[in-house]
Amino acid sequence: MLSESLFFSALLFTIGVIGVLTRRNAIIVFMCVELMLNAVNLSFVAFAQVYGAAGQVFVFFVMTVAAAEAAVGLAIIIALFRHRQTVNLSNINILKG
Amino acid sequence: MQHNNLPLFYVFVFYLFAIIAVASAIAFVTRKSPVAAALWLVNTMFNLAGLYVMLDAPFLGVIQVIVYAGAIMVVFLFVIMLLNLGQPSLIADARGLWWKLAAGLVGIILLAQLLAMSGARVPEVLTLPEQGLASEVARSGAIMPVAAPLFNQYLLAFEVTSVLLLAAVIGAVVLGKRKERERAL
Repeated sequence: MLSESLFFSALLFTIGVIGVLTRRNAIIVFMCVELMLNAVNLSFVAFAQVYGAAGQVFVFFVMTVAAAEAAVGLAIIIALFRHRQTVNLSNINILKG
Repeated sequence: MQHNNLPLFYVFVFYLFAIIAVASAIAFVTRKSPVAAALWLVNTMFNLAGLYVMLDAPFLGVIQVIVYAGAIMVVFLFVIMLLNLGQPSLIADARGLWWKLAAGLVGIILLAQLLAMSGARVPEVLTLPEQGLASEVARSGAIMPVAAPLFNQYLLAFEVTSVLLLAAVIGAVVLGKRKERERAL
C-alpha cells in the first residue's frame, strides 16, 4: 500500500499548505501546520512498512517536536492576543515596517 | 498499484480510512468556526491512526490517538476556549481571491511534484522481505520494533528530545506568564 499511502499523504499535505495560505486565523493556520506534520508522518509509516521500523522512530520524534511546537506556539498566540486582542494574522504586522 | 496478495477487505478499509481522513481535512480547512475546524482535525487524526494500524504500526496508532488527538488537540481547544474565539470572526477569515488562487497554484505544483515521485523505483536492497514488518510485530509485539532502534541506534536523539521538551516547557511558561505591570491592568 506504499503508493496509495504516499498519494493520500501528498493530498493531506497539500490541503495543509492551502489552509496555511488561505486562512487568517492564527490558530487555524497553526492547526494546518499540524495537519502537514501528520501527512509527513503517514508517509514515514508507509515507508517504514517497506524499509524497516526506523521510519516509525522518526514518526515518534516528529510527534515529540509537534507537541513541543504546539506548547510554545500556543503560548506565543496567547501572548500575541494579550497585546493585540486579535489572532487575525492580517492585523499582526509589526514586522512589516 | 498492485495488491495481489492483499485481501479485498483490507484494501477497502484502507481506502475508507484514507478517504474519510482527506474529507475531514477538507472540511477542516473550510470551516469558519475554529472549534468546528479543530474537531474535524481530530477526526482526521483518528483516521490517520487507523491507517497507521493498517500499515503495521499499531504502537504509533495508539500514540497518535493519545498524543495528537488527545493531548495536542485538547491544548488547541483549550486555547480557543481561553481566548474566547469559538465564534467565527466577524472579519472575513479567509484571505482574498489572489491568495486563494496562489494557494491553489502552490497546491497543484506540490501535488504534481509528489505524484511524479510516486513513479520512482527504489533499490531492492533496501526493501524488507514481503510482510517483514507485520511478521516482526506478530513475533515480538507492537512496541519492540520501535523501541529497539529508539534505544540503541537513536539513543542520542532520544536524549536530545528530552532537552527539547524541557526547553518547550520553559518557553511556554515564560511566554504565557504575565509581566508585573500587566497584572496591574
